[in-house]
Amino acid sequence: MAKIGVFTCWCGENIARHVDVERVAKAIESLPGVHCSMNYKYMCSEPGQSLIIDQIKSLGLTGVVVASCSPHMHLKTFRAAAAQAGVNPYMVEMANIREQCSWVHADKEEATAKAIELIRIAVEKLRHNRPLQPISVPITKKALVIGGGVAGIQAALDIAAAGHEVILVEKEPSVGGKMAGLSETFPTLDCSQCILTPRMVEVNQHPKIRLMTYSEVEKVEGYIGNFSVTIRQKARYVDVNKCTGCGTCWNGCPNKRIPNAFDFNLGNRTAIYIPFPQAVPARPVIDSTRCIHFKNGKCGICEKNCAAGAINFNDEDKLVTEEVGAVVVATGYQLYSIGKEQTNPNISGYGEYGYGKYKDVIDSLQFERLISASGPTGGEPKRPSDGRIPQKIVFIQCVGSRDNAKGVSYCSKICCMYTAKHTMLYKHKVHDGEAHVFYMDIRSGGKKYDEFVRRAIEQDGALYHRGRVSKITEEEIDGVRKLIVRGADTLTGKPVTVEADMVVLACAMTPTDGATALAQKLSVGYDEYGFLSESHPKLRPVETNSAGVFLCGACQGPKDIPESVAQASAAAAKVLVMFSQDQLTREPEIAHVDESLCAACCACVQACPYEAIAIEEVLDRRGNLVKYTSRVNPGLCMGCGTCVAVCPSKSIDLEGFTEEEVYAEIESLL
Amino acid sequence: MSESPKRLIADVERLAHTQVNDCYQCGKCTAGCPRAGVMDAGPTRLIRLVQTGDVLEAAACESVWQCVSCLTCTTRCPKSVNIAGVVDALRQISVERNITARKYSRTVLFQKEFLRNIRRNGRTNELELVAAWKLVAFFDDWSPFKALADARLGIPMLTRHKLHFKPGSPVKDKAVVRRIFDRCAAKRKSETEQEQD
Repeated sequence: MAKIGVFTCWCGENIARHVDVERVAKAIESLPGVHCSMNYKYMCSEPGQSLIIDQIKSLGLTGVVVASCSPHMHLKTFRAAAAQAGVNPYMVEMANIREQCSWVHADKEEATAKAIELIRIAVEKLRHNRPLQPISVPITKKALVIGGGVAGIQAALDIAAAGHEVILVEKEPSVGGKMAGLSETFPTLDCSQCILTPRMVEVNQHPKIRLMTYSEVEKVEGYIGNFSVTIRQKARYVDVNKCTGCGTCWNGCPNKRIPNAFDFNLGNRTAIYIPFPQAVPARPVIDSTRCIHFKNGKCGICEKNCAAGAINFNDEDKLVTEEVGAVVVATGYQLYSIGKEQTNPNISGYGEYGYGKYKDVIDSLQFERLISASGPTGGEPKRPSDGRIPQKIVFIQCVGSRDNAKGVSYCSKICCMYTAKHTMLYKHKVHDGEAHVFYMDIRSGGKKYDEFVRRAIEQDGALYHRGRVSKITEEEIDGVRKLIVRGADTLTGKPVTVEADMVVLACAMTPTDGATALAQKLSVGYDEYGFLSESHPKLRPVETNSAGVFLCGACQGPKDIPESVAQASAAAAKVLVMFSQDQLTREPEIAHVDESLCAACCACVQACPYEAIAIEEVLDRRGNLVKYTSRVNPGLCMGCGTCVAVCPSKSIDLEGFTEEEVYAEIESLL
Repeated sequence: MSESPKRLIADVERLAHTQVNDCYQCGKCTAGCPRAGVMDAGPTRLIRLVQTGDVLEAAACESVWQCVSCLTCTTRCPKSVNIAGVVDALRQISVERNITARKYSRTVLFQKEFLRNIRRNGRTNELELVAAWKLVAFFDDWSPFKALADARLGIPMLTRHKLHFKPGSPVKDKAVVRRIFDRCAAKRKSETEQEQD
């Protein structure tokens, strides 16, 4: 005989304002199985929980219904309280009389009646509930980090430092990501490569880290603690084990005029190349789409020159399968492409700024390469069209960002800072140059950040105009091509026209192209722009709703380097918390097959979205096949209940939501 | 003097002993200015015009003469910009270049006469100042109405001892005062000449 206690919460005024809690408690008292019915101002508070615990202990309750908020909010709280008092936590039910009642109804009479109904349903279900035990699944203590930028490197190093194996997958030929291409970093102006390259090297040499560059994640199967990941290692045409990185091949390659994507096409590379001198690993790849050998079978100079015999034109893509327990996604960002043509149909480009049409209109990452010592101009800010040193540069902020008409409404967060940095670096190189900045607001929150922007204005004399630029045109003035930038300064209330030699556009940060496809492979959510969704914006910032998959860096949203690194370490900490256990505990609310009834029709196998159900043999004692049956993998099952709906023989049921329990709920209403 | 915006900004900054780029346009100066309500361009906007190199436009504003130099703006500025000093500098530039707002041409005449009076006497001789200014102003606009507009203030001022017929005790060494004036003028001259180089 069930002895149920019902505890109705006022939630301060949230519930009590529209639901007569006293009357509810009174009405519930007489329901079958209900042993006590109480109400309290805050059930989730310490005294509220104590009330439940005391009642369980003194009355010997076998189950508890808490009528309060959504179970998303406090189910765990009340289950823990019940467990503390010795009641099976799965004998706790919640009736949501806040979100689904008091918050959405104005009439107190009707809301009270509805609250009573909702509680009655919960009581009815609880009368049919069975105690459940949490299930444990084994765990592979090896992590996969996707993306070898600063965030991925940090996460990999942290996990490896704790003694666990890490596989770091990077799609480009070298790790380093966007940070490796930056000139200097705000707000300290320290050289980006100087602080990053030691970590790149460390990641390559760490005994616990397996670095897989020029590779992409092809397929992800499995579940938390037990993922099986297929990684495509793209054909490099160079045997990294034989290669010594001497450079004879790329120095000898006759095909020298290929735009280097690492320099955002401002510089050139050869067909066999390393993207930049400090690349890690310092092993080249052959770009088979541009290599002469792949076009006509001739050339082969690199092969002849290579003393180590590392060139292998017959190399092919390899698929490697790895078992890992946790996945950290750190796929980073790319810049919004400013040109008219956009791949994302929801986003439109800036025809009016002439990017792509005028050579001297460049984006901010291109400018980074121009002023980087390792860049195509060796750090001289030569403009792309004619190589002149620009005497006047216009920097335009919020290109793409905060522009609803172009389809991006968010602030990219870092542009104010790097634009201030750009003006400083430019003024340090061209002392008499003019740096004009068009901005809408200066968002420089962060330690020593606002001081940095003020330094650009006060000490380095950057000219800041508050206003957006309407249009850029090109004109020849005194034999020199000039970009006529038409903007406004709302502080003086006047239009401003600047005849600039170069224009740098601070474009919005957007997720990398493959991010959403990867998110789908990992069952991770993403927003309308393709930024991956964290589990909770404040309290679970590096977790995803896919258990065992974590996020860090700019794949989750625009972020600067310190924030990406902090988040990477946070993600690593979460992985290590997981790896500190030998078994993972999971909620027992999963599907269960009654094997005596199952006819192995496979309907559930086909319906399962998680591939958690398989057909297996049932053998007798002598090992003879008796029948086939479907069986649920408790690690994979997410408890969605789809299989229950399709099973024709009613032999599969969902623990915690059995047909008996659900029908009891429905019948209580009829 | 050269008209380059950069030089004009430098000129203001030298005269006012301040850095106009320090200003981040928060508006606190205008908020506290007792005269902002009647100004055509409040202190915040004057500073912005100087920042953008529109110094001559700022100097031609009426507001530079509406300022009463109470220094509330400078006192309260979160970035320690000497705003009142910038306004002073703008007054000087406006007089030097003869671009003073029309409405305030008489004010300039008074200021000039006031300084001339001190240079001559070592201190103000009020009766002489009144007479000299009225004369200069009359020969400027030939308006007897304007000249006599404040004449009826004379008697109340006398009864309240605000106007003195007798000059104060004479300054012992008038030459010293004159030297101060000459040195200032010479300094300003050399500065502007340097600017032109």
